[in-house]
Amino acid sequence: MQAELTLAGAATRIDGPLLFLRRQLDVGLNESVEVIGSDGRPRLGRIAALDEDFMTVEVLESTQGLNLAGTRVRFHGEPLHFSLGPDILGRVFDGVGRVIDGGPPIAAHQRLRIEGLTVNPARRAMPRDFIETGISTIDIMNSLVRGQKLPVFSGGGLSHDRLAIQIAQQARLRDSAAGNFSIVFAGIGIPHDTAESFRLAMEQSGALARTALFLNLASDSSVQRLLTPRFALTAAEYLAFELGQHVLVILTDLTNYCEALREVSASHGEIPSRKGYPGYMYSDLATLYERAGCIQGRTGTLTQMATLTMPSDDISHPIPDLSGYITEGQVVLDRELHRRAVYPPIKVLPSLSRLMKDGTGKGYTHADHPDLANQLYAAYARATQVRVLASVVGSEGLTEVDRLYLRFGEGFEAEFIQQGNERRTLEQSMELGWRLLAGLPRTELHRLSDAQITQHIEPLREAANA
Amino acid sequence: MSEARLSWISGPVLRARPEGPFAVNEAVLIGEQRLLGEVIRLTEEEIVVQVYEDTTGLRPGTPVRGTGQALAVDLGPGLLGNIFDGLLRPLAGMESIHVQPGMWKRAPRSFPFAPDVQHGDEIDGGARLGEILPVEGMPQSCLVPPGLRGRVVDIKPDGSYREDEVLCVLEEGDQRHELRMSHAWPVRIPRPIRARLLADRPMLTGQRILDTLFPIARGGKAALPGGFGTGKTVLQESLAKWCDADVIVYVGCGERGNEMAGVLHEFPQLQDPRSGRALMERTVIIANTSNMPVAAREASIYTGVTVAEYFRDQGLHVALMADSTSRWAEALREVSGRLGELPGEAGYPAYLSSRLADFYERAARVETLAGAEGSLTIIGAVSPPSGDFSEPVTTHTKRYVRTFWGLDRGRAQARFYPAVHPLQSYTEDVDSMAHWWKSEGNPHWADHRRRFLEILEEQERLERMARIVGKDSLPPRQQCVLLCGDLINQAFLRQSSFSAIDRYASPARQMAMMNLIARFVDQALQLVEQGADLNALAELPVLRRLQRMGEEIAEQALDEFQVLARQLETELGQLERTETHAG
Repeated sequence: MQAELTLAGAATRIDGPLLFLRRQLDVGLNESVEVIGSDGRPRLGRIAALDEDFMTVEVLESTQGLNLAGTRVRFHGEPLHFSLGPDILGRVFDGVGRVIDGGPPIAAHQRLRIEGLTVNPARRAMPRDFIETGISTIDIMNSLVRGQKLPVFSGGGLSHDRLAIQIAQQARLRDSAAGNFSIVFAGIGIPHDTAESFRLAMEQSGALARTALFLNLASDSSVQRLLTPRFALTAAEYLAFELGQHVLVILTDLTNYCEALREVSASHGEIPSRKGYPGYMYSDLATLYERAGCIQGRTGTLTQMATLTMPSDDISHPIPDLSGYITEGQVVLDRELHRRAVYPPIKVLPSLSRLMKDGTGKGYTHADHPDLANQLYAAYARATQVRVLASVVGSEGLTEVDRLYLRFGEGFEAEFIQQGNERRTLEQSMELGWRLLAGLPRTELHRLSDAQITQHIEPLREAANA
Repeated sequence: MSEARLSWISGPVLRARPEGPFAVNEAVLIGEQRLLGEVIRLTEEEIVVQVYEDTTGLRPGTPVRGTGQALAVDLGPGLLGNIFDGLLRPLAGMESIHVQPGMWKRAPRSFPFAPDVQHGDEIDGGARLGEILPVEGMPQSCLVPPGLRGRVVDIKPDGSYREDEVLCVLEEGDQRHELRMSHAWPVRIPRPIRARLLADRPMLTGQRILDTLFPIARGGKAALPGGFGTGKTVLQESLAKWCDADVIVYVGCGERGNEMAGVLHEFPQLQDPRSGRALMERTVIIANTSNMPVAAREASIYTGVTVAEYFRDQGLHVALMADSTSRWAEALREVSGRLGELPGEAGYPAYLSSRLADFYERAARVETLAGAEGSLTIIGAVSPPSGDFSEPVTTHTKRYVRTFWGLDRGRAQARFYPAVHPLQSYTEDVDSMAHWWKSEGNPHWADHRRRFLEILEEQERLERMARIVGKDSLPPRQQCVLLCGDLINQAFLRQSSFSAIDRYASPARQMAMMNLIARFVDQALQLVEQGADLNALAELPVLRRLQRMGEEIAEQALDEFQVLARQLETELGQLERTETHAG
């Protein structure tokens, strides 16, 4: 690290979050700075552009109250780093990695760059093992695999916070690594009361002891939101790849992050792309999501579940759309199910886990798990079509088979999706799935083999008849 | 070489003051780390450079050195079976777990070489100098770089040589050319050929919906658009695994790191169904994941196609999979935006269309400079925002491809894969392909194909109608069409990439399945018209067997299709007799 240098009186212009300085020092692009106003309060920033005479500093907090003459800038001579140690678990931080739970500071063992370096794709290991969340629609139909990034696409007012807390409390590994599991929870631009309920819920369930909590509140500077996920992911990478933990990172709400990105882009005067978001939003989101994964020769893994609220429930909005192209699937929440008091209101048809094939089946969960999921999908898709049909022609106009589908669809929503706060093991969820399928005729079960029907479906049918 | 001093930097673009001549598209090295960049704009006082790496720490005054050459890659025998970044720097064998900035190369390796030419031979660019036989993997040709020619004045005998050793010296007038196993080629310039040939046969993919309904010609070009979650990547990977090309170049352009890890994990374990060798031996992977620098993403497409042309010039059939061209277009847009260019449609630069044309036009079946036949087939995935096919990248791509495989969200949501929509996809090469299938002993291919498409079309129309009047109110013939359409979908078009049996279907197996279903469709419609009971038809045990035959009848057991055919005839015959009896 270079010696820290301070420059005073070099500011020539302040424009939104941008501060223009005369280049009186030899500094490099992207290096971090502290901008100190006449109030003495330090604000984080980074060098965004350089030419021979001037430099542009992007201030990552509010520039309110800064003046030209009284502003001092301290140069760190390196990009932003985060000091980490094993005692970050059980602690609460603000959005830029400062302890806010009143406890002692973190004893630093290692300083890591918050941007993270690109992992060589040839050194990644394939994500393989199953994480049980205790939620049927995720475990059976959209299984979460260690090292995966699986976001939750929600909408304003839906129960994504409750789901995030429930997963943070319930998630477990099914094998010997079970004790080696920790959680990094980052609230990005969330209201104060939500932040408080997160903290309380984690504390009361005892999950806080294995959690590092990062809270960037709605009232904090919006530019700071660009840093919160990076601090949280740096902490997670430290836990996973330096300490060998299996880490689940929960980020909520990434929509606030993207709004901040748009705000900063606009203040830079960049040409906007779709809906005013910058053209590089895909690449920028990728630098967050791609930090999930497993690395050859390291025991730890980094799994991500990011929540984002789709503006006006529109899945084609740039935020969910670009996310969907980067992440390995998505879990979609549905307003209609929510209105019908189904919890968790997971809409399974547009939901997907791309890595499911690598972490389920023989050797991971149960040999027949993938086929069961496949058949449930096919049957529920058909049930949804039949429901549309029935709403026009009435159930009298349906064939006998279609009426069975209609009943399957109802049962699926009322029993399989609906589960409240109950925690279901994989076996319990599978049992429920077979039972629902037993209500359909054998000729409709295209995706199951004869042996699977004989083993799982026939005994249930016989029991029902007897 | 010329030098310049950095004067302005922001993100991946820098300006510098030149102290000597530079050329447009010249590769430059920046600073002590030797970061790679390319000159993209030029004035007397200033050069504008796009940098292919993270620019953190660069500052005014940093030296920018010209290389005197356009951005080029080294083409040689070490490519097959390996993984590279967008600028063809090897990713395997790196010590650090992170991608390091700066130019790095792998230590040169040795390969056995056997010469084809003799002292005194007059040879031209593109000619074969000899054969390279790697210890593992397939034999390759060592080529004279296009553009060079002369008389052989020195040639090494049989033996093992290092990649960077001089194997042959050519004399042309008073010039001497030293030839090695590898040679450099600028990525933005297509490699020359002697002639373009017409496409005359399909590139078989082993995927029924593609080979049978929408075949792609060898040397053809296809687009594969689909919203997220519709299975583009899985289908691209299936194509890379099972298509009947000699060499596969797989370009992961701005996609996921975990997918690349999956490919690297899976390919070495899978066998090429034709040669029986590990699939990895015929594959080159170019990985520029979404979190790698944006400008290198733009270059990776050209790198990939240049590598593919190099193998084509050896007289091989090459398939290039680019996943995804949208990310490449976005990289163009991002760099264009940083340069302050006037944006066109959806913010893309106005030259998007011509760049796409340049890329797809590099696909062809050709006669190489040495007179051999080679081909390059390009399959480009497109990721349209919100799955809307009317966006610029999809529409412009459509103008240059002959085969279009549109992926459908509805099918994907019902986990019906490959989710290629039979009514939104097309191919312009049906006639020449029909000729090929005929020569392979399948004269009915074109008829069956048309029949299947007609049924699927009618099924869609009837389903819309059934939504209004109810399925039961449709006349029996139309209900039978619905049944047949469903059978074609479930039994033939659906094919699981993850099933060990069904992930690949040989032409013989495809034909057997196609014939069985065509037979069922014809007979069923005829029987129903004669008054047969539709419910009895729907409950025939053979129907479930047909629906599951893809999963149940393996490549090694094609005889079982005859057993199934007999079962089909027996049950249909019984049904017919029952009807006539009752009638």
